[in-house]
Amino acid sequence: MLSQSERIKIAKRVAEELKEGQIVNLGVGIPTLIPDYLEGKKLFLQSENGLLGMGPTPDKENVNMDLISASKKPITMDTGASLFDSSDSFVMIRGGHVDVAILGALQVDRYGEIANWAVPGKTILGVGGAMDLVAGAKQIIIASTLCAKDGKSKLVEKLHFPSSGKRRADLLITEHAVFKFTNEGTELIEILSDISIEQLRDMIDVEFKYNDIKIIT
Amino acid sequence: MEKLINTSKALDLINNGDTLLVGGFGLSGTPLTMLDEIANSEKHDLTVVSNNLGETGKGLGKLLLSGNLKKAVGSYFTTNRDAVQAWSDGELQIELIPQGTLAEAVRCGGAGIGGFYTKTAVGTKLAEGKEEKVIDGKTYILEKAIKGDISLIKALKADTIGNLVYDHTARNFNAVMASAGKVVIAEVDEIVEAGELHPLEIVTPHAYVDYIVLNKYVKKGGAYVESV
Repeated sequence: MLSQSERIKIAKRVAEELKEGQIVNLGVGIPTLIPDYLEGKKLFLQSENGLLGMGPTPDKENVNMDLISASKKPITMDTGASLFDSSDSFVMIRGGHVDVAILGALQVDRYGEIANWAVPGKTILGVGGAMDLVAGAKQIIIASTLCAKDGKSKLVEKLHFPSSGKRRADLLITEHAVFKFTNEGTELIEILSDISIEQLRDMIDVEFKYNDIKIIT
Repeated sequence: MEKLINTSKALDLINNGDTLLVGGFGLSGTPLTMLDEIANSEKHDLTVVSNNLGETGKGLGKLLLSGNLKKAVGSYFTTNRDAVQAWSDGELQIELIPQGTLAEAVRCGGAGIGGFYTKTAVGTKLAEGKEEKVIDGKTYILEKAIKGDISLIKALKADTIGNLVYDHTARNFNAVMASAGKVVIAEVDEIVEAGELHPLEIVTPHAYVDYIVLNKYVKKGGAYVESV
């Protein structure tokens, strides 16, 4: 299990990728930590249940079950917020009007194809907006641990878990390293822990190349 | 035409085996009063099209426990353990559709469009058996429109002729569900005279709304509770 400080490390590193004024959809889990680490950068957070301009959690007395995030948590509205229905929300998502989707993943293959909605052998009864975000966001960043709870690498040669769509992720940001995906495959671009490249190679099932690695420890 | 009716008369409009389009995201924007009426009735073999099945024992979750449902069509059932159980026991059929595809399918159903090609879910399990088409070099799958016998939607306020306004994110699926049912029943917290809602704030025009019922729940501390 990842410690809170490692989760925060991932969130902070994702926050660095985001640019002032971008429209961003945050998935559940680690992505929800990102708003705390923007260091003054102004983003517009999109919530697929029908809000652009999601603000922080309200005080207890201002909670309204009819002003919630896609995780069904109470929220507030930021300056300039707008409300719309679900079909318009997915016009925004599917139509390429959301700059960045930050998603969790169960597995990512060497080219960045994502599996983030179902586990084989278990009942598959929920997909939500995952596939629409994968298909439509301009940029996809996966924020995730490098390995699953069973210790197996999430970065894999070929997906064993059901795919979320043909569209590939741009970046994978983990507690140990940042990977970029291109048509040639996986590229290691940054190391975020005291792990060596050899140790990384042992941990994951994918051949990766690297040219100019940033090492941040 | 008088659109305001009581909930038992609204219940009479629903037939066994009907397909119901039900608004809501979780419990937000859910017609709780009408769902109580159905849960307390003998209606059976209903198909529900809704993003999810409420929560355990709440909203659409009640219909699951009272045995009114044959099938559920939506995007996310995992959070209601009863739905997972009913499906495992073979008591409930489930059709899983990506959330954006669900919203667009219902929108098309209401807009007189038979179906649409979308890039969502191409190459996934949810695209199996669906027609693929390449348009301008990109691959899409065909999704059919969704229509219903009855739409059960929830709005904040109606005026006497059926114009609707919504509370924040409670709008969610309600606006499209209002267009795609043969008979549309809107449950609201309050009814005002025609002319009292500003035209700039009306989201669902009265053309879509056949009947209005009053919500028996009242909002306290940000959540709907049973009024005494």
